[in-house]
Amino acid sequence: MSNREWPLWEVFIRSKQGLNHKHVGSLRAPDATLALANARDVYTRRSEGISIWVIESNNVHASDPSDADSLFEPSDTKVYRHPTFYEVPDGIKHM
Amino acid sequence: MKNEALYNYVLRLGDDSLILGQRLGEWCGHGPILEEDIAMTNISLDLIGQAMSLLDYAGELDGQGKDHDALAFLRFENEYRNALLLEQPNGDFANTMMRQFLFDAFRKPLYEKLLDSTDQQIAAIAEKSLKETRYHLKHTSEWVIRLGDGTDESHQRAQTALDLLWRYTDELFFETADDVALVASGIVPSMNEIKTQWAKTVQSVLEEATLVIPTNNWQFEGGRKGIHSEHLGFLLADLQYMQRAYPNMKW
Repeated sequence: MSNREWPLWEVFIRSKQGLNHKHVGSLRAPDATLALANARDVYTRRSEGISIWVIESNNVHASDPSDADSLFEPSDTKVYRHPTFYEVPDGIKHM
Repeated sequence: MKNEALYNYVLRLGDDSLILGQRLGEWCGHGPILEEDIAMTNISLDLIGQAMSLLDYAGELDGQGKDHDALAFLRFENEYRNALLLEQPNGDFANTMMRQFLFDAFRKPLYEKLLDSTDQQIAAIAEKSLKETRYHLKHTSEWVIRLGDGTDESHQRAQTALDLLWRYTDELFFETADDVALVASGIVPSMNEIKTQWAKTVQSVLEEATLVIPTNNWQFEGGRKGIHSEHLGFLLADLQYMQRAYPNMKW
């Protein structure tokens, strides 16, 4: 029994026109063509999507969780970055 | 019966789908990887769905009030008209993919032609089924190419499967004198046409897969006439058990 496994792929599905592709999970496949085929079979069986992206997982570079405090906490105290201090003029609807 | 020729034709289509769907379903929970397990059962369910539409229509043509359940669960072995290829055991993964590929390469051009059928019901079933079948053929072509042009072992297994199954392929193009009348009235295409397209697909994919078509051209037949291999009885025992043991039960 070989212990070589097929590469892992991350799957992104666009659920309808105008929405972004969203990460839905991962799967194994020998190459990109079969990764797309497998993604179609595993992740769109219940009409979840109209477009699929796959990317080999080892091409994804992620932030280090131990850096979370220096990366993300500083923005917690900068409430002025949210556009909540502006008065919305009366004539503007749907904001 | 108002159109026995058409009934027989539709029954053949329905039985092909039903028996292959049942066979493929045996992989459920046994696939080589999870992704392929799901892919094969998806294809299996597509085929069973096609069988339901086709057998319902056959029942309608028969005019005795039989629906797809009656035709699927309550006929005897010699009443089935599926090609022998489709009742052959799954064997290994290469064998299952090769069987499916040889069939898909036949079904796709057939459905493409049936789109133009002067029989609206058949045209409608073909339209829905063609979308599924195109994907099946793509899936199995990709696998046949990868297995054939893969490792020494996968090549060997794919070639063995081809050598074993090739002798069942001619029967797919079975045509009766009644069918010729159906061709003349534009209801179904001639099998010669389908065979030409089938051969084209099969040759190009097998070539890419570095597989060699067997030179032994002995061909089996019988399924289309209800004379089956020993495998069909066991398959039907699985398929029909519940309806036979508990008649009319529903779940």
